[in-house]
Formats: sequence, structure tokens, C-alpha cells
Amino acid sequence: MSYIIKGHKHDWEIVIGLEIHAQVISNSKLFSGSATAFGSDPNTQVSLIDAAMPGMLPVINKHCIAQAVKTGLGLNAKINMYSVFERKNYFYADLPQGYQITQFLHPIVVEGLLTIDMEDGSTREIGIERLHMEQDAGKSIHDKDPRRTFIDLNRAGVCLMEIVSHPAMHSPEEAGAYVRKVRSIVRYLETCDGNMEEGSMRADVNVSVRPVGDTKLWTRTETKNVNSVRFMMQAIEFEAQRQVEVWEAGGEVKQQTRLFDPDSGETRSMRSKEEAHDYRYFPCPDLLPIELTQSYVDDIKATMPELPDAKKHRLMSDNGLSAYDADVLVAEREVADYFEIVAKGRDAKVAANWVISNLFGALKGAEKGILESPVSAENLGNLLDLLADDTISGRIAKDVFEIMFSTGQDPAAIVEEKGLKQITDTGAIEAAVDQAIAENPEQADEVRAGNGKAIGWFVGQVMQKTQGKANPQAVNKLLRDKLGG
Amino acid sequence: MSLDTDTVRRIANLARIKIEEEKMAPLADELNQIIGWIEQLSEVDTDGVAPMTSVTKIDMPSREDVISDGGCEDKVLANAPSGEPPYFAVPKVVE
Repeated sequence: MSYIIKGHKHDWEIVIGLEIHAQVISNSKLFSGSATAFGSDPNTQVSLIDAAMPGMLPVINKHCIAQAVKTGLGLNAKINMYSVFERKNYFYADLPQGYQITQFLHPIVVEGLLTIDMEDGSTREIGIERLHMEQDAGKSIHDKDPRRTFIDLNRAGVCLMEIVSHPAMHSPEEAGAYVRKVRSIVRYLETCDGNMEEGSMRADVNVSVRPVGDTKLWTRTETKNVNSVRFMMQAIEFEAQRQVEVWEAGGEVKQQTRLFDPDSGETRSMRSKEEAHDYRYFPCPDLLPIELTQSYVDDIKATMPELPDAKKHRLMSDNGLSAYDADVLVAEREVADYFEIVAKGRDAKVAANWVISNLFGALKGAEKGILESPVSAENLGNLLDLLADDTISGRIAKDVFEIMFSTGQDPAAIVEEKGLKQITDTGAIEAAVDQAIAENPEQADEVRAGNGKAIGWFVGQVMQKTQGKANPQAVNKLLRDKLGG
Repeated sequence: MSLDTDTVRRIANLARIKIEEEKMAPLADELNQIIGWIEQLSEVDTDGVAPMTSVTKIDMPSREDVISDGGCEDKVLANAPSGEPPYFAVPKVVE
């Protein structure tokens, strides 16, 4: 699937590279013992280290290192046994130190590979250049005062993982699939909560265009401030189109940082500060290198859960699910866990169908997530059991499901209380069939004359007489026997 | 290596240090003397020698992931010249 922009002079293709900033899940910050929780009162989670008071020294949080290693393993990457923190120097109001402690020449993780799943069921592999650890900055608040910017340092010093892809994506859809996959993996690993709205996962998007067939990279721009997958895809589309127009008009795309405006769907140039990109990196003299051992890495590997790709393949090969169904079920760890409880010891295809069509439909209508589902996985499983052993018909099962969704009740109790058990007693069904034929002689003649469609109409009549409780197969058989349809 | 006054002006700007124009040239001279002195180190052959990160061979000290600090916004904000508690306040930064 290729995404081509038709210009007047050329056909153009897009080249996209992504830098994802993922906030590490940890109790305390990367270099201080302050809390990391989102949404606390301003500046209450700031230590003298985070505020960069003179003489304060950083001490690294072990857990953050483990989280970065775990994420690296989840991205099929190489873990460097030796990595180094450096200072990236720049002045900004939300950066009290005047430098960000980050990794530059020797990152902790390099050379990863991610398989992305496209909507048409195909897959692509995207190379990851590196993952490094660094400090997050504080937060600037611009709308509280006309002349001043307010600063909250609660976020300053929280551990980030910057995950840098190769410039290897060529359509907004691929970039979207990539971000979704990274998000899915870090959520499975519980190394980042992936919450783009709260900013715990953010993407900077590098975009360039080039005439189809050209292999060199043309000048790129970097777009910041995209806090959802949808916005990111919009930003790429807009930016690529803009660049094509610039080149075709004989102009030149400038390497610059741009901001995405969600209201207009456009990107615009940030007021470029002169010399903004002279960061003068050098090794941070306050910190020693991180030195790991293979056995440390192996121990972390041993704690890894089954990841979405492996789960997807298992659901396809062991349970016979389609690639599409498997993708939908494994993308979110909570959904996958739910599905596995429903499917355990049952027909996985039926379970997948109920989760994807019925449950997701109902959840969407109620604007609820899987964790807020009124129907527990156990109860949905029980419903499938009632269906499988013919206690209820498929039609009744849908009604029972609706009641379960609004009341949270156990399906067996609903069936008992409302008297919804399927009628399997042939005598009772036969009586209803006979009655239906007697009441509708004209339609009966039609069936006898060979109109196969009319038999479906009779099935409906009988189901109505039995309040939907008759076994449809039994009804069908009896009608055919009696009318010879 | 030698610094001209333009480079010194740029470094001063990056470091947010204000230097009077007439002091640029003397400062460049001083810095060049220091650099020249340090450059003597390049006479030492360091091929195959890993960069030294510490004089003693110790592992980096680390801590457990527990909350042991923060909750001291009064202290943190105490020296802010233009505080708007509970925030720091700075001249408008416009993107």
C-alpha cells in the first residue's frame, strides 16, 4: 500500500521518522525521591534536586533502568551493557538545571525492530534506532496571566524513554500503526501507561518528501505537540502536502521545528530561536556510566509477559482466529485478558465474535472502556455455556446479554427469572408449528408449491408464538417435514 | 584551536553571560591561552585507552524506587524572585 502525493511535476512519497517520548511508570523520579503522580497540586512533587538548587546531586532510580531495559527487550532491541548520561545544555524556564540529563553517544538500547499491523491485515517491519533515558521537563502554563508564564515543576525530572525510529515509514497510516504498536507494547510491559491525553506518551514527527524513485533523504521538518494518533496522522498529511507545494513552486523546505494546531489541523513554524540547536553535549560529571551484566538482563527477560505479537500468533494458530480478530483482541492488554477468560475452555471463535461484535458494540454505545464493562468476563463465558448446551437460543442470548449489560446480573439467573429457557420439547414445538400452519393456509400452500423463502416466514411465526424460546433448528425441521419445503 | 571574538560572543550568549563589547577581545585572548595550555594534553598518545569516568573504580550509586522527597514547595519557591505561589512565574514565554 503506497501513499503518493500527486504534484504537477512529480509524484511524491513521504518519509516519516518518529521520536516517541514515553514516561516511565515509577513511584519516584529518575534522579530524586519526589513522587511522579499526575495531577497533583503544583510544585508539591519537587525536591531541591529537581529545582536544581546549588550542590544537589542526582542519584539514579534502579527501577527506571530496569524499565528501560524491559522496554528495549520488548522492542526486540540490543541492550548496551555500558551507557552514559550526558548534559544537553539549553535555557528554558521549565528546565531549572539549564541542561537536561540525557543519553547521547551511548544510549542504553539500540537497534530494535517492530512489526506493525496495517488495517488490511498485512504487516511491516520498522527499524528502531535507539531508546535512551532522560529527564522530563516541567510544565509551562501560559493562560493564567497576560504577561507571565507560570511554571509547575512536578513533571521535572520524571524519567522518560525517548524511542527513535528510523525514517522508515511512508504513510500516515504506517505512522499511526507504529505509535499504536509501541503504545500497546509499553502497556503490556507496564513500563509506560501510554496515556497521550495526559502527555505521558508524546510524539515528535519528522517528515520529509521526495520524488518517487529518489533514495536520498530531503530536508525534514519536526512537528511537536501532537498528543493523539489521529492528530499525528493529520499533521503528517498536512505537512507533506505543504512541503510538496513548497518544492514544486521552486522554493526550498527549511529544516525547522513546527507546531501542530489541533483546531485548524495545520502545522506552523515555531518562532525559531537562534542557535537553539547548539546543545554542547558532554558527559554528566555527577553520574557514572550505567554498567549492566548479561545475567541482570536475563533476569528481566524472565519476567516479561507474553507480548501482543506472540499472543496474536497463538490466537491465530491455536484458536483459529483471523488476523483481524486477533489484532483487535491483542492491541490492549486489558481486552486480551478479558477475552482469554471468556475463551478459556470454550469455542474461541464464538468467544471472539461475542467480545468484538456484542460487547464492544455495547461498550461503545455506553462510552465505557473494557475495565468498566458491566458484563464480567466470567459472566459472558457463562452465557456462552448456556448457548453451547442449548439452554437458550442465539436470539435469546442477545436479549440476555442486553439485560446483563444493564444490570450486571448472572446470565443463568436472568434466564431462570424471565423463563427464557429454550423449548426443546418437540411436542410443544410441534403444537406451535401446527397452529401456525392452520392459521396461515395460503402461506402454507406457497411453501408446498416450492417457495423456499416462505419457510423462513413460518419460522418467524413459530418463534413469535414461543416468545423466541423454540429451538430454531427444531422448528425448521418440523416445518420442512410437515410442508415438504 | 583558537577562538575569535564572534565565537566568544556566541558562547557568552549560549551561557546567558553578559559581556561588554570592549571585553570580548581580551576575553578571547585569555580563553585562547587556557585552551593552548590544555591542548598540551593532546601530545599524550591515548590510542586504545578508554575514557576515564572516575578516578576510583566504583559502581554508580543507586536508589530504590520509593518516594522519599518533595512536599517542600515553600522551600522550593522561597528564592523565586517573582513567585505566584504555588507557581514560579517568569516573563511570558510565547511559542
